[in-house]
Formats: sequence, structure tokens, C-alpha cells
Amino acid sequence: MIQPNTIRDTPITRKRLVVIGNGMAGARFIEDLIALDPSHAFDVSIFGDEPYGNYNRILLSNVLNGSQDAKEIFLNPLAWYADNNVTFHAGKKVTRIDREAKVTYADGVEEPYDTLVFATGSRPFVPPIAGTSLHGVFVFRTLDDCRNIAEYAKDCKKAVVIGGGLLGLEAAKGLMTHNVNVTVVEMGPWLMGVQLDADGGKVLQQTIEKLGITAITSASTKEFVGDETNRVKGVKFADGSIVECDMVVVSAGIRPNKELAGECGLTCDRAILVDDSLQTNDPNIYGVGECVQHRGMVYGLVAPIWEQTKTLALRLTGVNANAQYTGSKLATKLKVMGVELASMGRISDVQPTDEVVTFAEPARQVYWKAIVREGKVSACCMLGDLGPADDLVEFFMTEKPAPERRLELFFGAGTKTKGAEISLADLPDAKQICDCNGVCKGTIVKAIQAGKTSVPMVGKATRAGTGCGSCKKMIAGLIEAVAGAVKADPSESWYVTAVPLDKPTLVAECKKRGLKSVSAVLRELATHEDEKSKNGLASMLKSIWGTEYIDERDARYVNDRVHANIQRDGTFSVIPRVYGGVTTADDLIKIGEVAKKYSVPMVKFTGGQRIDLLGIKKEDLPGVWADLGMPSGYAYTKALRTVKTCVGTEFCRYGTNDSTGLGIALEKRFQGFEFPAKVKMGVSGCPRNCSESTVKDVGIVATEGGEWEILVGGAAGAHVRRTDILCRVNTRDEAMQVIGRFLIYYRDNAKWIERTYDFVPRIGIENLRKIIVEDSLGIVASLDAEVEKTMAAYVDPWLERDQPVYAGQFAEPRKVSLPVVVV
Amino acid sequence: MLTLNRIVLCQLDDLPVGLGRAFEVEGKPIAVFRTRGGRVFATDGFCPHKNGPLADGMLTGDSVVCPYHNFRFDATTGECDQPGICSIATYPVEVTDSGIVVTL
Repeated sequence: MIQPNTIRDTPITRKRLVVIGNGMAGARFIEDLIALDPSHAFDVSIFGDEPYGNYNRILLSNVLNGSQDAKEIFLNPLAWYADNNVTFHAGKKVTRIDREAKVTYADGVEEPYDTLVFATGSRPFVPPIAGTSLHGVFVFRTLDDCRNIAEYAKDCKKAVVIGGGLLGLEAAKGLMTHNVNVTVVEMGPWLMGVQLDADGGKVLQQTIEKLGITAITSASTKEFVGDETNRVKGVKFADGSIVECDMVVVSAGIRPNKELAGECGLTCDRAILVDDSLQTNDPNIYGVGECVQHRGMVYGLVAPIWEQTKTLALRLTGVNANAQYTGSKLATKLKVMGVELASMGRISDVQPTDEVVTFAEPARQVYWKAIVREGKVSACCMLGDLGPADDLVEFFMTEKPAPERRLELFFGAGTKTKGAEISLADLPDAKQICDCNGVCKGTIVKAIQAGKTSVPMVGKATRAGTGCGSCKKMIAGLIEAVAGAVKADPSESWYVTAVPLDKPTLVAECKKRGLKSVSAVLRELATHEDEKSKNGLASMLKSIWGTEYIDERDARYVNDRVHANIQRDGTFSVIPRVYGGVTTADDLIKIGEVAKKYSVPMVKFTGGQRIDLLGIKKEDLPGVWADLGMPSGYAYTKALRTVKTCVGTEFCRYGTNDSTGLGIALEKRFQGFEFPAKVKMGVSGCPRNCSESTVKDVGIVATEGGEWEILVGGAAGAHVRRTDILCRVNTRDEAMQVIGRFLIYYRDNAKWIERTYDFVPRIGIENLRKIIVEDSLGIVASLDAEVEKTMAAYVDPWLERDQPVYAGQFAEPRKVSLPVVVV
Repeated sequence: MLTLNRIVLCQLDDLPVGLGRAFEVEGKPIAVFRTRGGRVFATDGFCPHKNGPLADGMLTGDSVVCPYHNFRFDATTGECDQPGICSIATYPVEVTDSGIVVTL
């Protein structure tokens, strides 16, 4: 199929420009071109391999580590192409170019051109070793890679990253946030061989090992070893040693995509050769980005690539037909796993006549090194503290003479030794703030003066801060200096995003107006409607109004509508309540019989000492519950989940108190209590802590002296946080009372989805102790009353099996056959 | 030539207010929703991202939110709010005396 181009109002004079590649170079080039080409002298078409608009590949690591959502990193949405009359062939790979006829061919689309631009970028290099096709072996390059890695990591404990360069370390960091143990394997003798020398590499290694990542250097990977199901289970090295793992991310460098260019006869070396006009050996074909080689250099950073796109746009539009690209000096500032790093020039290139100036401060993991050649800074790397980095960049870029006393490179009279103390006001307007986008201070200040007083607003107006994001702090500083203060984002304090009120105000407003249903709150107070806000409001209103609450089922997520956890194939998981993780032979037999009767595909023990029946069809849920005859374990919702216990004094030789007894009592008391986020508990019968109480939302540990220690705010998921000690009590009843007070206080004061591990540090443990233990606010009596009220309101939701609450609650898809023609 | 079928799927009361319900028309999965505002609309049964069952999704205004990864689809156009995810098909719905009629 041939897709029509945009309508041409002057069809004869317009030139057809085709760009191959919709990555950071291709799309950027079009942006530059459109900005310079107000008369629209070109009909522009662009081909992209990936089925997306273009996105900021630099930020992929943020998507992997969860600090940014995939949709935040898109630069141009699909609509942008249409708005700018650019024909965008998404998901189309150009397979052939006829240079004679000047036509490009791609998956059923053909696009003739007058001018063709290669921006095909590069692809991950996968070493030619055995096992690269095993399940669990990934490369890290595209948004889909990110999604796949994150998805797979959910079921993994140990990952190996092949490649200790920038991307490899970013991947490692991303994996860590998925609660995976990471080993980084580097073939070279040290990490980040491009940016660092041997000593710097060692300092970096120490720093990341402190973060819990293992790094192995000088290791030659020989093969990826798989198990009988073709899933990767280890990495084997040339020396025969094996590191076990359940996933591998290969980040061993990139290779330019030059094959298409080579096939149509363009001259290639390591990449497609271009001259200072960015022209290939065909005068109608140009190249920009990672796929080109210019004066022997292939660049993989955005700054030089964006110089190239700008130059080419100037030339092609005729705004400056003589614009030349003469190469870039590379100076970058990076943040790798929280370690700040600056790099310029080639640090490993040391001549006998060079002077090497170094400064190291091992305790703080600071390492600075500069190479002075013929009186000028030819290369430099800095790690851990970038105090003088801006000065070094200036020496390097302008090639001005280094100070006679070389130590002044690092400790010059005007050198600021701490990044934060740089006086922004003193910087000249021409000083570049955003190195990725080449935005100067003056441009940013103008935007701020025009009312752009938040970092995202400045970014939208000037692009500053939208590349790697490392200059955002400076932009915030400039906003402060120019406009007085960065506008705080008020939405931070809102309970849910749809209602611009913090929780106490929202609760007061609902009570004052008598708003008892989610739809009523949305109608009267909301700015818009979204599903998370509906869930949050439902939870809050239920706790405010109790039995008066008007329960609208459409405000609940599917799990809360059918009281089971939806799985990836549309089936559900059923976890019955097993108080304190203590069960009986009869209950086990019953669970086994149910599993057989419904052919349950998986029966699994959970981390919370429960039994999970996975793969139950929605329509079978009522039957399964009835046959089990056990109450809901609430494993699908934001409520008390489990109380995990150890055997305690009942059987354990070391137990000092009755942990199972307390666990069962706690679970019976607080079952069905709903919270802004899930709550897990653990009770340990001695400080050996077999039930992991120190990483639970509420943990209770028996002390040697016969007391119970009450712990709160722990986490052992993507974040790991040790609990804070709330107090010690003497008896089981006291423990139950204090915990009840804490739970209600958390329920009524936390933001929606705020786990205790965020809530406790936000309120402060001292403060919590005052409120809950010392009753500084005089509210504990009302907290106790609220516990009683909530207990009384508990009804096992699985009883809805007998009487569905709404039409089709547990129904299978209704089958309708054709034809039932209505006229 | 495309043949269009008008089919009575169910009665209005078979659709819970503010929620959806799954149908299979000759094996083709369709999700039908009834908004709190009274609108009834029909879409493909599954999310093109990872096959999430849309009838189990929540409604926000005139959009349905997939229960798997919160991709949001417009009731009228079927467009997804996230770039890169395909639209879903939407089907004309009439609420008549004889029931909910969908044209496929």
C-alpha cells in the first residue's frame, strides 16, 4: 500500500525530504528543519522502526528504575507529526533504497526523495557467544526492552549485566529497583573504561559496591547457560567459573546501523562516512547521529549529534548554506547510580610529555584527574564531587592555557569547591546550563522572567533540563534567583489527584457537605475523574462514614469488586485467611480438594505463609469460596494482608514468648481493616526474628526480658527499610491496643497509596510516639473507639458468593450468536 | 463488501451502572459499558497491549481504563491515551425497547 503524502499546495517547487530513523537524531533534525523552514520548502517523511513517536532514549534508565513513567519520556507524540505536516511511517523498516530512481522502500510503503537523510542510529552489540537466545537474556536499547526487562525482573532474584559502561551501570541501577541482586561483568580491567582511568574505575567500583552491586572486571564471558526450559540460569566465563542468575542484560556497547547504507553503495567504514557538510558520497544523501563517522569519530552522546542536526538543517534550508560541522569536543557530566561524574577528552590517552594532575580523597570516594598537554587541558575525569568541573570544562573547551601552578586547576582562586555553592547570579548569560540541549543561562532567565517559574515550565519553553536532567538543580536555582522561589507543586499534599485538597480538608469538607459516595465527591469537589482517585475516595469515605457509606461498586478496582487478584491471563488468585499462618490438617485437605475439583493450575505457598490458588476463572470464584468455607484472606486489596509468625514458645527451643498466639489474635482483631495501602505484619518470638518483623509495616518482636517490642514502617519490596521502634509493652493486650491505635492513625492520616514506610518517616517516629504512646493530641480514646467500630463493621466479602451485588459480578462472558438481525 | 450486523446483546439492566460487561459475539470478544452519566458504549473486548480484559476495567468519564496497566481508551474514538498503543475498535450502540443493540 502506498500512503499518500500530505496535500501539497505548491507541488512542483517542493522538495521531498525523507529521513530514515525516528530516534533522537532523526526527529531532532526534523524539528530543527521545521524551525528554520517557515516557508515549508520541504515535504518531509520520516521512517521509524519502532511503533512510537520519538522518545528521549537518555531517560530509558529512568523508566527502568521507575523514577519516570514511559509516557513522560516521549518528545513528540504522534499528533506532532501530523500537526507539522510530517508523514510519519511508524513501525516501518526501510529495506531498500534505489539511488538511481531516488526511492526508498519499506514494508509496503515507497517514498520518493530529492534529499535523503540517514539517521539510523545504532543497535546493541551482542557478543557472538552461546546462549544469547535463551529466555531471560535481554539487550537494553528501546522502550520495549525496558518494558520486557521490568516485566521479567518481577520473577527474578539475581541478574547479571554484561558490560560495565555507562549503559550497563544504568541497567544495573534500574534492575536494583526491581529488587534484584545485580552483578556487573566488565571485560576491560575497570568500569566505565571510556570515561575513567584505572584509579577512577576502582573508586567507582567501590562506590557502587557500597550500593550492593557486585562488579567483576577483566572477565571474559564465554556463554550463557540455560536450564531444561531454555531459561538462562548462569553466565560462564573463560576461566570456567560460573555466576548463577535468572536473567541477563547485555550492554556491551553499540554498533552503528550502516548495513542499509552499505547495501545501496554508500561508503562506510565503522559507520557511514560523511564530510563536513554531513554529506555521504552521494550528493543527495546525508547522515546524522550515531550511524555516521565524521573525521574518524563516531559519536554516541546527544550534544555532538544535536550539533550535527542543527548544521544539516541550516544547510538544507539555505538559512546558512555553507554551515559546516567540524567535529565536537566531548565534555559530559553524568550521574551514574547517584555518583556524579564529569568526563572530557580521552583520559586514557597519556603521552610521555603530558603532565598528569590528580587529587584523590578516598574516604569520600572523590577522584580528580586532568591531563595537561602543551600547557592546555587535553582530558579530565572527575568523580564523586564536581566542584571545579565547570572550570575544567571551560579550560578544555576554550583551550585556554592552564594555570602555571597546575593545582589551581582544581583549587583556583575563583574555583568553587562545592557544586551547590556556585553563584548562579555571577554566571554570564552566555554560560551554557543545559549541555544536552545547548541552552544558555540568558535564555532560561528570559523564560523565567516571562513567568515560567517551575522546572517543567522552563523545560517546555526552552528545552533546558529535558535531556539527561542533570541541570535541573541549576534551573531550580535560577528560578529562585530570578523569581524568588520555585513554585511548590501544591498537588504534593493532595490525598488524590482528582480533588485539590489535602486529606484533613477533604475529610472535613465531605463531613460538612454530607458527601457519602464517590460520585457525590467527584460531582462537588473534583477537577476531573481518574480511576486511582476513585479507589482512594472509596477507601476514605468508607472509613469516615462506616455503615452510612454509600458503596458504589464502580469506584472499585476489579480486585475489590470480585474479592480476588486478577492475573495476567484474566483469571484470579484465591488466598483464604489462615490466621497467623497456622493451619490444620482438615483445612489443608479441604484446600487440596478444592484445588482438584476446580483443576487449579497452580497451588503456591506465599511469602506471607498463606496458600494461593492461582488460575481460577471469575465465574468459579463463588463456588471455590463456598467449597473452601474459609474467610477471605484480603490478599487482593489495600487492607490488612497477613500476620506472619514464627512458632515461638509453643515449640521453638529459643522462643521467649507466644508469637503464634499473638499473631492469630492480631489477625482476628484487625481482619478486614482497610487502609490507604496494604499492611503486612510479623510477630517474632525472639530477637532472631524468623518472621522478618523488622521489615513489616507493623512488626512485633519478643525480647529476652519478656516484653514485646512494637516496630512500624518497615519495607522489603522495591524499597527496603528497617522498621522504627515505636515502643515496648509488657502484655499481649497492650500490644494489641498500641497497634490498633497506630493502624487507625495511619488509616486516617496517610495519603492514598502511601505505605507505612513513607508515612512513618513523614510524620516522624518521635512525633508518632508522642501521639500514639503518650497521647499528646488527646486522641487515643477515639482511636480505640474507631478500632471497635471497624471491627464491628467487618463482614467477610466472600459471602457475596451467595448473592452477587451487581449484574454480572461473577459472570463469564455472555455468548451471543449471529444472526439476530434487528431492522 | 463489509456486512454489518445489528445484534441485541442484552437488556439495559444486565449492565451494572458505571461498569462494563463481557460478551462474545460468535466468538468475538466485545465489552459493553454503561456510564454513570447514562451512556452505553461498546468496544473490543481486550486491550491491545497485553490482552487485559477491558470489561473488568474502570470507567473514568467516557473512557475505559484497562485493569492490567492502566492504559486508557476513549469510548468514542477508541484511541489510547499513551503513545504507541493501538486504538481499539468501538461499535455503535443503541438503547432500544427491545434491548441494547450493537452494530458490528
